Amino acid sequence: MSQISSASPAFTGNDPQNRLFGPLPDVTGEAGYEEDHPARVGFFTDTSVCIGCKACEVACKEWNTLPMDDADGNRDAMGLTGMSYDNTGMLGANSWRHVSFVEQSRSIDLPMPSIGLPSAPGQGAGSGGGCGGSCGTSASTAPADGTTIDQASVLNAQALSSFDPQAAPSGDREIRWLMSSDVCKHCTHAACLDVCPTGALFRTEFGTVVVQDDICNGCGYCVPACPYGVIDQRKDDGGVFKCTMCYDRLTDGLQPACATACPTQSIQFGDLDELQERADARLATLQGQGVSTARLYGRDEDDGIGGAGAFFLLLDEPEVYGLPPDPVVTTRDLPSMWRHAAGAAAMLVGVAVTSFLGRRT
Amino acid sequence: MPGLGATYGRGGATGFQQDLVNADCIVIEGSNMAECHPVGFQWVMEAKARGAKVIHIDPRFTRTSAVADTHVPLRAGTDIAFLGGLISYVLENELDFREYVVAYTNASSLVSEDFVDTEDLDGVFSGWDPESKSYDKTSWQFEGAHEPSSTGTDEILEQAPDPGQIGQPATDPTLQHPRSVYQVMKRHFARYTPQMVADVCGIEPEVFLDVARAVTANSNRDRTTAWVYSVGWTHHTVGVQYIRSAGILQALLGNMGRPGGGILALRGHASIQGSTDIPTLYNLLPGYLPMPHATEHATFEDYCAVGDQMVGFWGNTRSYITSMLKSWWGDAATAENDWAYDYLPRITGNHGSYRTVSDMIAGKVPGYFLVGENPAVGHANGKMQRLGLANLEWLVVRDMQMIESATFWKTAPEIETGELVTEDIATEVFFVPAANHVEKEGTFTNTQRVLQWHRQAVEPPDDARSDLWFYFHLGRILKDRLKDSTDPRDRPLLDLTWDYPTHGPLVEPSAEAVLREINGTGADDRALSSYTELKDDGTTRAGCWIYTGVYADEVNQSDRRRPGREQSWVAPDWGWAWPANRRTLYNRASADPEGKPWSERKKYVWWDEEAQTWTGEDVPDFEATKPPSYRPEPGAKGADGISGADAFIMQNDGKAWLFAPSGLADGPMPTHYEPAESPVPNALYGTQANPGREQIKAAWNRGNPSTSDVYPYVFTTYRLTEHHTAGGMSRTLPYLSELQPEFFVEVSPQLAVERGLENGGWATLVSARTAIEAKVLVTERMRPLKLAGGKVVHQIGVPYHWGEQGLSTGDSGNDLFGVVMDPNVHIQESKVATCDIQPGRRPRGPALVDFVEAHRVRAGVASGLVPVGGRSPVEETTMTGEAGSMHDEEGTP
Repeated sequence: MSQISSASPAFTGNDPQNRLFGPLPDVTGEAGYEEDHPARVGFFTDTSVCIGCKACEVACKEWNTLPMDDADGNRDAMGLTGMSYDNTGMLGANSWRHVSFVEQSRSIDLPMPSIGLPSAPGQGAGSGGGCGGSCGTSASTAPADGTTIDQASVLNAQALSSFDPQAAPSGDREIRWLMSSDVCKHCTHAACLDVCPTGALFRTEFGTVVVQDDICNGCGYCVPACPYGVIDQRKDDGGVFKCTMCYDRLTDGLQPACATACPTQSIQFGDLDELQERADARLATLQGQGVSTARLYGRDEDDGIGGAGAFFLLLDEPEVYGLPPDPVVTTRDLPSMWRHAAGAAAMLVGVAVTSFLGRRT
Repeated sequence: MPGLGATYGRGGATGFQQDLVNADCIVIEGSNMAECHPVGFQWVMEAKARGAKVIHIDPRFTRTSAVADTHVPLRAGTDIAFLGGLISYVLENELDFREYVVAYTNASSLVSEDFVDTEDLDGVFSGWDPESKSYDKTSWQFEGAHEPSSTGTDEILEQAPDPGQIGQPATDPTLQHPRSVYQVMKRHFARYTPQMVADVCGIEPEVFLDVARAVTANSNRDRTTAWVYSVGWTHHTVGVQYIRSAGILQALLGNMGRPGGGILALRGHASIQGSTDIPTLYNLLPGYLPMPHATEHATFEDYCAVGDQMVGFWGNTRSYITSMLKSWWGDAATAENDWAYDYLPRITGNHGSYRTVSDMIAGKVPGYFLVGENPAVGHANGKMQRLGLANLEWLVVRDMQMIESATFWKTAPEIETGELVTEDIATEVFFVPAANHVEKEGTFTNTQRVLQWHRQAVEPPDDARSDLWFYFHLGRILKDRLKDSTDPRDRPLLDLTWDYPTHGPLVEPSAEAVLREINGTGADDRALSSYTELKDDGTTRAGCWIYTGVYADEVNQSDRRRPGREQSWVAPDWGWAWPANRRTLYNRASADPEGKPWSERKKYVWWDEEAQTWTGEDVPDFEATKPPSYRPEPGAKGADGISGADAFIMQNDGKAWLFAPSGLADGPMPTHYEPAESPVPNALYGTQANPGREQIKAAWNRGNPSTSDVYPYVFTTYRLTEHHTAGGMSRTLPYLSELQPEFFVEVSPQLAVERGLENGGWATLVSARTAIEAKVLVTERMRPLKLAGGKVVHQIGVPYHWGEQGLSTGDSGNDLFGVVMDPNVHIQESKVATCDIQPGRRPRGPALVDFVEAHRVRAGVASGLVPVGGRSPVEETTMTGEAGSMHDEEGTP
């Protein structure tokens, strides 16, 4: 077996094999595994069939014996966020799956007069019901009698203007309650892994990215490196934690706990290329049904992280779910940073030498 | 589920969840299936992926609505108006499946000339006696049929023999006779127009018509629509009639007994179906046999008299009860002593749960067992429950956690208010820790009547023991204590067969031996295969006749685990379903009267002319070799009385009952009444609420007046996916508590403005019972409804999981409710009532009592102050009917 290394080609200044950026067909082989390594596995999370039951969150915590924590990541604490049904808040050291709940609404035309929203700013759909914290809303000015409203609301007005069959008409309003189970993306180009100085983070034979708690020294470099804000440090012991895609289950031939628990197959686990095919087909089906806002997120290997091992079918813009619209691996610019740094160093040396030379003259 | 029992003959879900994938349209109403039955909901999602239309009808926009094609927000408590609108739409436009209706329903029967409808009597049917607040049903009978002589009670039992119709009624197969059921119904529902639905339910006529069109377009020879309900329908003063409405509609549309059709009654807990089959109900014996009544069933012959006259399978009641008595008392049950019939206890009236709790408060009940039940949180009017517990001599609580019903003597809210004083509570509480489902073996009977065996994985910790262990050893010790007794009253206990083998260090009784006893054995002591083998001569034994077959061939059939992918889609080799392993009931109706499938697409069970037998995907719900051409001799009884062209074999006439001449305490057809507490007058009749509803008037159970300005808002209670009912199994667990950590209520942005409520802030909810506090979620998923005359009704959502114990604590939503009940089943109205909501936290201590009393004074309600200890007397009760059931699950909102 050849050496497994995350040593960066950054020092060399060139990256002809896309080791830092761009498509990488065999991420596992690139990490040094021999050719007969297992196929790369991943998650395809189809949010269009998610029912927000949070079985994935519970199964994950059970299997990985994670502690209870509140929406701010405080260990052994809990509290109501007031943001729809989301009391997990975000992915963190103690929450490796997070189901976000996004409430959206708009009025639809029905002959019967609707009962308007109050005109008070800040009491509109978003700030009230809580749009998962991601869709700042301001209800526009309503007529004084309060019988009709002109809902300007949710962050992405464009997506709203083409609400789709996935949104359930509810009387004179169309309400959409988006639910989505978020998780570590297991990036093709994983910045967390690239910056880890101890080798605690490594690429597994399944192409996933895992932290080894017994090697992690708590330096925390990986935390700001992650373009998604996934990996997180425990305040009490300093270790960093995130989804392992149940590495310990995979090595025993089992599926990850969350995918096993999901009752509606919103979370699908399998070989990545197979999942990608399935996702493409599902997207085509939905678009055929007129769900024009459906899209895949993390599927494109030309994106900023070389494609994700855990990718999603979303029904709105990524921002609505609290996902970055255009994530870029933070190590992408390392070669140029090193080049600039080297240039700067050379210049400094040059200046210093020049000044000494100058003094001598 | 007498709504289903009265309509079709059996009180169970008519199909199975996996069959939902065959539906072309699924209507989920009175159920939040995605949140409360998430695992079964996968079949709804699969149906949707196959192109089915999914409609969710519910006061709230829930996680079920989020993935439905359409959400129809309706005012809580108005489902009969909505369903009546659909029935009217079908009848007015003649969209019924006419051949099916004529063949398999009683649409052609002629109703007695004496019958007068609610439309002519301003909201009551003929036969109403305002004095006794009950009906004389003589005028509801069919022409040519007559009441049997044996009993005058309303045995509104899940599936009990229905004495209503002995003799065959006159009919008009053209359905044109003005007194035919079809025409009577058409007139009854004529006023239930789309506009009326809009006025009453708050649903725009266009939205209603969308649903009507979707349902009727997907109900015919080639297509089927399935209806799904849960406790959102049963917890009403008219709950049974809700289910009747759906029963009528599905029969008219020809969706019963067919793949992708039926009415799926989703039960709330793991084995609630099992605990009604082998009941924890005071008025039922196993297999839905009635509990003997002291005066009406004085002798064994009296008990069997009704069954002896019945057509259909209830005609064999004598065999079922004889086999049960032999199973219980073995050799002590002989022909001479009428199979020890006199050993059975007798009921004398209503002994339902709420009635019993009233008696507890009055000090009339010394002891009480709570087994897997947390009434201090889970039942309506928590204060009434806790006052009852505080006035016992002893209380046994068997649970896995120290629940509120075990700690009420120190943690009840009434301790803080001073209404109860710990030192003065005489109740001795015995907490007996219980083993959970992985720590013991046994069966679950799930929502679709399937018995599934679960094996023991680990020994229970410490003193925790299984329920089987507890009852077996309790019985053993009691028998031992009494072994020298000569008192005749001890004979029933001493003669009980109680000889189960035990095993292991804990001396655990064999659950398989119990299951085999329930299944029953024949004269050769071999396990029986079917209830048709049961005899009335004492040679057979069976603990529960409908379960006979679960141990056929001496094999535990409930332990069969062949994966679905290795068998047909009906999966008959997974577990065992009663009756006779049938997965879809009344499946004879999937074929036409001649026995041919209605269509290739909806083929299920049919008559094989060559083999002269019924065959198909499922076990036929019909005598296997009775040809479609069979016609009974006049006067034939039992199964012989059922024609080869009838599909509802448990019914006395073999038909689905659109019009129910008996079996229901509050009318032969459903009619819209407002909930007992409503913000609006009844738009249809002068009769405001169900006139037969049961009430208990006492200081601890005051009602909110309808249309009161003091209690102007509607609230409804429900469960969240993250918690389990009264919280004993979820609020104690960190992984579940953190997901829904605090008690909250859901309000619309409009109501938030009207009352000054802030998202994430506190609110106080007030009813005539008490005031509770909760955090506020402001959400557009709650929608104000506009009714007739522009009246706007706000609804508040109140999940009811919380109490004082556990990791996640809070006030209990059920404390807001009073107790007012359905007259058929004594189930409380806990899905709708009225309240007020105000910003901020509630008063603490004695100030809370004053705060609530001040509201009562303003609303003109009598004082609700109780003396310390709570023993305020019952001032008046209207508890109709001698029978009825306090359904275990349905009693737990």
